[in-house]
Amino acid sequence: MSHFSPALRAKAEATVALYPKKRSALIPLCHLAQGQDGYLTEAAMVEIGELCEVTAAEVRGTATFYDMLHTDPVGKYVVGICTNIACMLAGGDDLLEHAEQRLGCAVGGTTTDGLFTLEETECLADCDIAPCVQVNHRFVRTTTPEALDALLDELAAGGRVDEIPSHGTLIRVERTVGLQVPKDVIAEERAAAGAAQAARMEGSK
Amino acid sequence: MADDATPVTIRFTLDGREVEANKGEMLIAAAERSGTYIPRFCYHPRMEPVGVCRMCLVEVEGPRGTTLMPSCYIAPSDGMVVRTDSEKVKKAQDGVLEFLLANHPLDCPVCDKGGECPLQDQTLAYGPGESRFIEEKRHFEKPVPISDLVLLDRERCIQCSRCTRFAAEVAGEAQIAFSGRGDLVEVAPFPTEPFTSHFSGNTVQICPVGALTAKPYRFAARPWDLDQAESTCTGCSVGCRVAVQSSQDRLTRVLGVDGEVSHGWLCDKGRFGFEAVTGAHDADSEPGRVTTPMLKKNGELVPVTWSEALSAAAAALSTAGSAVGVIGGAQFTNEGAYAWVKLAKGIIGTDSVDAQLDDGLPASLVFGLPAATILDLDTANAVLTITGDLSEELPVLFLRLREAAHRGTPIVQIHQHPDSVTSIAHSALAVRSGDTDAVVRMLCGDDVQAAQLRNHPEGLSFDPAALEAAKAALPHGGKGLVVIVGRENLAEDGTLTAAAAKRIAGAFPEATFLVGLRRANVRGALDLGLTPGFLPGRVTLAEGQSRYAGTWATTPSATGLSTVEQLRALATGAAGAPSVLVLLGSDPLTDLPDGALAAAGLAKATTTIVVSGHHTATTAQADIVLPVTVANERTGTTTNVEGRVSVLAPAVAAPGQAWSDWTIATALADALGADLGLETVDAFAAEIAALAPSHRGLSAQLLAGASGDGIIIPVGSSPIHGAQPLDPTAFPGVKAVPARPLGTEQASLPEGAPASGGAALLAAIPEAVSVPGPDGYALRLTVQRRLYDGGATVTNSPSLAPLVDGATVKVHPSALDRLGVASGTVVRLRSAAAHLDLPAISDKTVIKGTAVLSFNHATADHAGNAAASLIDASAVVTDVRMETR
Ligand code: SF4
Ligand code: SF4
Ligand code: FES
Ligand code: FES
Repeated sequence: MSHFSPALRAKAEATVALYPKKRSALIPLCHLAQGQDGYLTEAAMVEIGELCEVTAAEVRGTATFYDMLHTDPVGKYVVGICTNIACMLAGGDDLLEHAEQRLGCAVGGTTTDGLFTLEETECLADCDIAPCVQVNHRFVRTTTPEALDALLDELAAGGRVDEIPSHGTLIRVERTVGLQVPKDVIAEERAAAGAAQAARMEGSK
Repeated sequence: MADDATPVTIRFTLDGREVEANKGEMLIAAAERSGTYIPRFCYHPRMEPVGVCRMCLVEVEGPRGTTLMPSCYIAPSDGMVVRTDSEKVKKAQDGVLEFLLANHPLDCPVCDKGGECPLQDQTLAYGPGESRFIEEKRHFEKPVPISDLVLLDRERCIQCSRCTRFAAEVAGEAQIAFSGRGDLVEVAPFPTEPFTSHFSGNTVQICPVGALTAKPYRFAARPWDLDQAESTCTGCSVGCRVAVQSSQDRLTRVLGVDGEVSHGWLCDKGRFGFEAVTGAHDADSEPGRVTTPMLKKNGELVPVTWSEALSAAAAALSTAGSAVGVIGGAQFTNEGAYAWVKLAKGIIGTDSVDAQLDDGLPASLVFGLPAATILDLDTANAVLTITGDLSEELPVLFLRLREAAHRGTPIVQIHQHPDSVTSIAHSALAVRSGDTDAVVRMLCGDDVQAAQLRNHPEGLSFDPAALEAAKAALPHGGKGLVVIVGRENLAEDGTLTAAAAKRIAGAFPEATFLVGLRRANVRGALDLGLTPGFLPGRVTLAEGQSRYAGTWATTPSATGLSTVEQLRALATGAAGAPSVLVLLGSDPLTDLPDGALAAAGLAKATTTIVVSGHHTATTAQADIVLPVTVANERTGTTTNVEGRVSVLAPAVAAPGQAWSDWTIATALADALGADLGLETVDAFAAEIAALAPSHRGLSAQLLAGASGDGIIIPVGSSPIHGAQPLDPTAFPGVKAVPARPLGTEQASLPEGAPASGGAALLAAIPEAVSVPGPDGYALRLTVQRRLYDGGATVTNSPSLAPLVDGATVKVHPSALDRLGVASGTVVRLRSAAAHLDLPAISDKTVIKGTAVLSFNHATADHAGNAAASLIDASAVVTDVRMETR
């Protein structure tokens, strides 16, 4: 019995098939499994082990090494706030403290309604919009306590579902393993990202 | 191969000296060979280097000045200039140790490793002497079990990864791995998949700190209080090299010692089974030993003196004349085996003597096949296995085979149920019981068999592509082919395997064989004549008559009865049946595959004399019980699976009035008014070397000079090595082993000694055995041994006893569907002989049309060896019907 949904299982098998060595698919599969459950359940780790021909202990070893892989339950939305240097200088610590108070949980904790998990992160490589905030690994560009509050309200009310999938995993994972992302889509996204960056540069002048 | 074997010498400069390294050798090893010891934690000579601990940093000159490099992870190159003693190196060592100790609890006074700890020792020798760390250290709940036998104190771990690499690289399954990151890294099994390896104890021994401890040793002793005897493990016939440590005449622990047989590894049964000798250190339970002679009086066994027991035994034997059967002796020393053969064949005059309990292979096969050694696995072109699960039967041999597979040697396996070897096999051919020889024929190019196998109602049991792959992997003519052959299935006639092995020997004339018989000294027992038709030295009765005439009172003229033949003659009252049975450390009521026959035969013996170290099902029914010394109490030698004779050294005194195996034979001869003519173990060894052609030239002096690995007989057939110096951090805890005088040299074959065995003996093995066709309604039974079973060692070791499973029958899911029951349901297995109720487990790796059962495991309503109730020794294969209850 597969713990993965049939669609996920098919995607996982296709991912494994992309690599000369099955174990190379381990991390992508961990992300895919997180997309389903939000975190890596024991059953998921066992199944990933079978798919990659490694032991469950090795899957757990890898999963516990990386901060972006969770082995404990998380909320529907994982909110990450950067406190690395650029963000720290721009008030990241204050924003994080605000978030703790607003959500009523400490860093690493999950709200009692199971909606939000709060994380403190290292540099997320979006320092020009500091302090940087991510929700389910999507940059949300909310730098002030007010904007963060508004975003959390919106998410709690069920908003932005298209933009921020629940238990969202990295878009990159689905893409770099080459699954169902046509080349022209990638080209389009690249162009859009370039345009957005140009716009930001313009704005910051 | 040829290129690799040619040593290429590399010259480099080490601390100003010119030294040599072999190609592929790491700097740390080359330096050690030349006398410079570089401190290390993660490096282990029997595992791949990883370079994670940085303790072994040395200074290497390069184009841009000198750099620090891990010497375990770089190979020397010509002209390299290396310093191990510079200021820079010293500073690096200080730094590494200071970091390691930053988070180390320094609870040495209560740590099992204290006194033999590489971290302690290397800190003293290379450390800074002081720490600048004043912060709070890590704290963890302590200890946590990582297996049934191993505990982990996480705060002591220095993350060297020796244990995790052992699990992945040596044992072959990474059931433990690092989890977490940074200072929170810990060694952990997966919560739902425990560390069940048969080799888990090795992680404790190689851990360079006290992070891993063994349940049976935790808080048992301080290492400096322990006495050590260097000996050979007699848990099975691999004969691993061990250091047996004891305190106040109680065994405390057993450690592996590096050598060419076992590479320092032990299985957990070999490591922890000592509890069955002197008991567990913290348990009140007695180890179930027989401590006084006992005699049945008024239907009850009561303790008596030796003289009373011996006169009773002598009286029974005198009355019986030569109508005596002797069963067992495969757990005895070579000297004990010889003493009993001399008594039985040379004084009593019976040839009905058999060390095997219908669970081995014929002696003529063992002697007749050209012999391979375990070292041959290292250079083999291919290995073919037809045996029960090696990791269950001969565990460390499995590790040695795994090494060969890891190096790329193709392993071809013929098996009746996938097992440890399947996981490393190049090609695995699944066969139903009875079909092994047919598949061997196909391997040898005889396709006539194919149609017959394909006609099975459930179809062909293996993939034809695997057969082609197997054929391609086996070298033409068998050059460099090592065949491991053992009893793959105790529910079928061993002659089937013997015939298959003979056929392989014919088709691959250059192949050599390791005959994987399991009991510790079964090879020695057979070599010394504890088998019908042979006298000591692998010689037939006819050939041996003149050889022994001068020294022995008599020799038997006709071939006697095997174990099964003796019991069958007893049970049916046939002419020639023995009237007295002498059981040498054997327990037929538990160990004979045909349980009913054992019971029927023993019931009919007028007197049963059991020489035993433990109370067993059979001693309970005996008329006379004579207590004998067991492992780690004995002086003498043992012979392993490759015919290697090595030394047994006593570590503790025998309990109560137990005597050694040869002493009992000598005393019994005296009581019979005869004389074995020998009074010391050395005298027995000398007579063996003088008379038995297989043992010619095997002097005590030669053995004393060889490494603890001993000497392969016939002397001269393989090189003999002296002792290698031990790496103190590789197997911590082993006290220095004395240097041996021999050095590395080739002993010459004593003149006139015959080569091993003799192919002529194979004539006694049938060319083929006819097997009854499949019964569409029945399942063909495969019964295999497991490491943890109902035997005396496991049941009397409190740490191992809980590891024995209850008996289940594994069947293919389709068989359960047909019956309409779910996996786990108790079903009834009915054979021609009997029936047995036990849970059926669905397992899709079971070959369709077969059922798989473990030997010597109990069911809810059948204590002891449940599988044995289904087996009929006179049937070639065992068919069972599975029914709902
Ligand atoms: S438990 Fe011991 S062997 Fe394992 S990583 Fe830690 S220190 Fe090394
Ligand atoms: S493999 Fe055999 S000889 Fe080696 S430790 Fe285990 S029981 Fe002892
Ligand atoms: S420092 Fe925060 S995103 Fe780079
Ligand atoms: S890094 Fe060389 S011994 Fe650990």
